[in-house]
Amino acid sequence: MTHDFSQEITGDRESQNQQGNTWRQYFSFNTDHKVIGVQYMVMTFIFFLIGGLLAMLIRAELLTPESNLVDRPLYNGLFTMHGTIMIFLWIIPFNAGLSNYLVPLMIGARDMSFPLLNAISFWILPPAGLLLLSSFFLPNGTAQAGWWSYPPVSLQVPGDQFINGEFIWIVSLVLIGISSIMGAVNFVTTIFWMRAPGMTFFRMPVFVWSVFSAQLLQLVNLPALTAALILLLLDLSFGTQFFKPDANGDPIIYQHLFWFYSHPAVYIMALPAFGIFAEILPAFSRNPLFGYRSVAIATLGIAFISIFVWVHHMFTSATPGWMRMTFMATSMLVAIPTGIKAFAWTATIWRSKLHLETPMLFAMGGAAMFIFGGVTGVMLAATPFDIHVNNTYFVVGHFHYIVFNTITMAIFAAIYYWFPKITGRMYAEGWGKLHFWLTFIPANITFFSMHPLGLQGMLRRVSSYDPQYQGWNIIASLASFLLGASTLPFIANIVGSWLYGPRAVDNPWHATGLEWTTSSPPPRDNFEEIPTVTRPPYDYGNPKYSVIVNSDNSE
Amino acid sequence: MQRRHIDESPIRFDLWRRRLPNWLQRFLPSGGGTHEDHHGKGMFGLTIFLLSESIIFLSFIFTYVALRLTTHNWLPPGISGPELSTLVVINTVVLLSSSFVIQPAENALKRNQLSKFRWLWLITIAMGSYFLVGLLIEWKSLDFKITTGLVGSTFYLLTGFHGLHVLAGVVLQIIMLIRSFIPGNYNQTHFGTSATTLFWHFVDVVWVFLFSLIYLWRT
Repeated sequence: MTHDFSQEITGDRESQNQQGNTWRQYFSFNTDHKVIGVQYMVMTFIFFLIGGLLAMLIRAELLTPESNLVDRPLYNGLFTMHGTIMIFLWIIPFNAGLSNYLVPLMIGARDMSFPLLNAISFWILPPAGLLLLSSFFLPNGTAQAGWWSYPPVSLQVPGDQFINGEFIWIVSLVLIGISSIMGAVNFVTTIFWMRAPGMTFFRMPVFVWSVFSAQLLQLVNLPALTAALILLLLDLSFGTQFFKPDANGDPIIYQHLFWFYSHPAVYIMALPAFGIFAEILPAFSRNPLFGYRSVAIATLGIAFISIFVWVHHMFTSATPGWMRMTFMATSMLVAIPTGIKAFAWTATIWRSKLHLETPMLFAMGGAAMFIFGGVTGVMLAATPFDIHVNNTYFVVGHFHYIVFNTITMAIFAAIYYWFPKITGRMYAEGWGKLHFWLTFIPANITFFSMHPLGLQGMLRRVSSYDPQYQGWNIIASLASFLLGASTLPFIANIVGSWLYGPRAVDNPWHATGLEWTTSSPPPRDNFEEIPTVTRPPYDYGNPKYSVIVNSDNSE
Repeated sequence: MQRRHIDESPIRFDLWRRRLPNWLQRFLPSGGGTHEDHHGKGMFGLTIFLLSESIIFLSFIFTYVALRLTTHNWLPPGISGPELSTLVVINTVVLLSSSFVIQPAENALKRNQLSKFRWLWLITIAMGSYFLVGLLIEWKSLDFKITTGLVGSTFYLLTGFHGLHVLAGVVLQIIMLIRSFIPGNYNQTHFGTSATTLFWHFVDVVWVFLFSLIYLWRT
């Protein structure tokens, strides 16, 4: 379905802005990519809070070696839901929301290529998320097999009810998967077909490259997870035997299908974060992004290599030696394109005058923490080391350095950076910096503590442990409570600034991206005239390109 | 510090600077930034969706092949497994030849031959429906169920999932036929028919692989 916007763009800019600002739109079925983007971001943030509360319950249980706060089935449910919510209802859909908001603006399009499909993609998510949460109220509780949901554990659900926690978990994830596939079709088509005149592939911002690569991965890999979930559901509820070892079924096949998606899923989450760094670091160091083309191609390279690394999650799953060796090599290969990126970020800010506003703090913090998480990632790719720390808190620590200290930091950076564009108002800088330090320090304490715990042998997914591990656990738990509390100044800042903040100018950071050439917030149709792009991105400091965009009628 | 431009970077880090970018640029569509060409955009979107969909089929096929290669007693005692019966052969011939009916139908619509389109389209619907009925008859006649060992699990999974696609294709075809009778709806119908035709070809191609794996791969 398409909509004729030509009448709406004839009004003056002020009335268009008001159109884009009506709060009622955000609660309605709307096909404007900007409204959908904000809907995604706000909804996923609510899930982030829920997932965070579950994490703090987990950390509270781990304060003492005994299992004395929640019973074990509930503890299993807590970590299962925490992981599921944070991955499938926070990071991935938040990135989808941010990309939804930014990609059409960044490539000079009026909307996504399939606006109706876009709205449907979003509106699948709230019911799927509520369905997932509702499983807490089932007689036998929610799914308890972890976010991997490996059979045969996931097939051993307590009680005989047809509708059980695992059933609900599978159905919700299939729904979320359908939403993501539709979104991926939309993003890839939009980036291929909707670019403004002159916006060649090598004039696209790296963020768009990242979204493009990540969404290609969704298209190629997500169906494998959907297939695995369908098979799991058939085994669970309809008496088939694909993954049942006692009936000749093979649970290892589930692991192959699951990780064929879920390892690239890490890059589906991380690539947009890298894209965010590539937007913010140049803007706040007033330098062009170093090695732009290499970074763009490295983005595609990461996506491509990540398709061939999934077995490194299965080094301890009776995997044959040749397979271990092969996948150890491919997994380590990912370090090359990611290294190119990290090198480019460093070279971009090298010997420049840094402007340490909140987005820059979060971007630099996130990028630096990625180096740490990346190094432990290479360690885990090495089979002998992985066998030693497999299923310990070392893996949990590494993973959280990526998903929290890198990606969630990047998300916060993005929220602050594009807040003036999205809302037309400025956030409070002091509160933003407070939020950064309240996040950065406790996050590092929390997740660093998990590395020595893991090296000493503390297993993940246990509610009770040997008293020798208590010291690091107390440190991690107390820091995690502080980390949870750090969200409060963020919420106060965002809500307060959105309502009462000072008006923002169109381009408060003097950034070069196309999204900054339109008003804040952008009008319904994004641009009064579709811009013609005549320059590469990231042209900070080049007087030759002081005029950012030559609109057809502007000169 | 003096501001640098990308070309003045002290280190030539971007190795692919000349070759790959130029190569890519030649093959990728350049942007228009408008809502024009719904047909091209729609068909592009559908194509990448079908590529994605084929990964689900590939995952199921991977499961089938992996289980089959590692299971010694694939057929439980007293079970003969799926047979290459006359019914299956006729069903396959009907489904595959329907691709050669739906394509002329779509071409007829492009040339604005509405009544030829409707006849050929109706024949395609009949052929698709025949396949579905044939599938149900085959299911009825078999001596094993979805719960009968791995052979039952995989057989009903593969044929059932494909059957769902055939059903979706037939439903789409019926919708397009009805829409062709609504005056002034020609353009949308046209995209819809192209999309349905592409989807139908996809369903046919998948069946070639499934048919070979299920019926021609003897133990």
